[in-house]
Amino acid sequence: MGWVVEILTTPLMQRALVVAVLVGVAAPVMGTYLVQRRLALLGDGIGHVALTGVAVGWLVGSAVGVSDAGALAVPGAIVASVVGSLMIEFVRARGKTSGDIALAILFYGGIAGGVLIITLAGGTTANLNAYLFGSIAAVAPIDIVFTAVLAVVVLGVGIGLRGPLFALCHDEEFARAAGLPVRALTVLIAVMAALTVSVSMRVVGVLLVSALMIVPVATAQLVTRSFRGTMATAMLLGLVICVTGLVLTYLYPLTPGATIVVLAIAVYAVVSIVRPLLGRRGPHGDPHPDVEDDVRVREAA
Amino acid sequence: MADSSGPPAVPSSARIRAEALGVSFGAAPVLRGIDLTVSDGEAVALLGANGSGKSTLVKAIVGLAPITRGRVLLDCHDVVTQRRRIDFDRIGYVPQRLTAASGVPATALEVVASGLLSRGRLRIGRAGRERAIAALDQVGLADRAGESVQIFSGGQQQRVLIARALVREPSLLILDEPLAGIDAASKESLAATVADLRARETTLLVVLHEPAELGPLIDRAVVLRHGRVVHDGPMPRPAPGHDAPDHDHEHPHAGATGPTVHVPDLSVGLPAEEEMR
Repeated sequence: MGWVVEILTTPLMQRALVVAVLVGVAAPVMGTYLVQRRLALLGDGIGHVALTGVAVGWLVGSAVGVSDAGALAVPGAIVASVVGSLMIEFVRARGKTSGDIALAILFYGGIAGGVLIITLAGGTTANLNAYLFGSIAAVAPIDIVFTAVLAVVVLGVGIGLRGPLFALCHDEEFARAAGLPVRALTVLIAVMAALTVSVSMRVVGVLLVSALMIVPVATAQLVTRSFRGTMATAMLLGLVICVTGLVLTYLYPLTPGATIVVLAIAVYAVVSIVRPLLGRRGPHGDPHPDVEDDVRVREAA
Repeated sequence: MADSSGPPAVPSSARIRAEALGVSFGAAPVLRGIDLTVSDGEAVALLGANGSGKSTLVKAIVGLAPITRGRVLLDCHDVVTQRRRIDFDRIGYVPQRLTAASGVPATALEVVASGLLSRGRLRIGRAGRERAIAALDQVGLADRAGESVQIFSGGQQQRVLIARALVREPSLLILDEPLAGIDAASKESLAATVADLRARETTLLVVLHEPAELGPLIDRAVVLRHGRVVHDGPMPRPAPGHDAPDHDHEHPHAGATGPTVHVPDLSVGLPAEEEMR
């Protein structure tokens, strides 16, 4: 078990582990709201836009002559993803374009903009790779601070305002008719989703960040009955999957983002196969035992 | 045009007041100059064929439809410009829904407790849980509070949505076709709930599909046709074909020998404007 000590004593791995724990817990919180709102792909759209932000950060960094051209990449991603998520909500609220078309346009625009701007900044698409697919080596000490602050904000809002956010995501019309500040809550969800993407980007990369928000929730809801239980289970799954994935990339030459996402999907597949076998009700159970029969039929003997 | 028996002597007792209300979705006018007053303590039924604008009127009243002309006052405050001044804690709304479920599992208790929240109240709290169970008890589902609404039948989900409105203990309750697509037992349970609310002088505005539904509990009926009020007064007589003494929509299993000529309207084919949210 020497490798456990090794992981815990290597500064790079220590940083990566801290980030993985924070990301693993925080990402499914906002993911739960997105799945409930049936906006599972919002995180993906934001991730793509974040790539443009990374490139803009590079451009600004090289323009002002920062020693490390990548230093402004994460702040750039935060700004771009917040702006992008607000744009998606604005387009959705106007109702002129459907949500999925707005997302699609951001998908393409985000990637194309990122590639275009990084070449303008004097870089190559190779510079974007670490952000596209995630990299442990990319986790610098300053990233820990960024990640910790953002994760605390996401967790605080996501759990602290669970009531109104649940009401909004469950039934937006009802929330409005109930007098809830729907517009403010909608913007809040969009901004929190954007922050989650920015937090998770370093470890899993912008292309896979949404998987970390969505797949643990999809897995959790196979076995849960309540919203609260789904969120808690998804957070636990996210934590375990992130840490396990990271350890695997330490032991084997693997990319962290891809490893974590494949692991998450594998867990989903196993749970969805095992779940029916452990069902509370037998395959012939009556789902509505307390509902009286409406017509009399002769029971087959 | 509108029957003139409506306007009350003291306007301040009006819980709902629509004045020359017009609603359009794009170029298509759905409501064309609606005048409607619901006074404190009244029970008003909103009737009309599919596409007559009933649901749109109810949505405009709670501020969910784009008002293009006129205005709506809820408790004397404009529902668009003075929204923050309306005390939504006193108002319950049951939207027309086919399901109470959403993307993530949620228990009946969680859905009902979300009905406690409003602008001034962003946390449910401990007392909220008990109030939610009491509301579920009113619709006969208290024993299933911890179950996921996804596995509930349509009628049970409808009752969960009604409990979500009742949990605020509203003095004004607005129900959009609460009886659509639910079975006889659920309808009886709902009628009992409504009778209970009437006994407590709750003001009611309820969209109904058939005049006979909830009949004795209703004080006044407003009939819409093509976005205008064509009747405002006592419950109108049913249209021919709906007036046979044995005509009864709560009888899906009357058998082939029954004299029923009516084809039940399942209310699934919503008018197009309601899908353009």
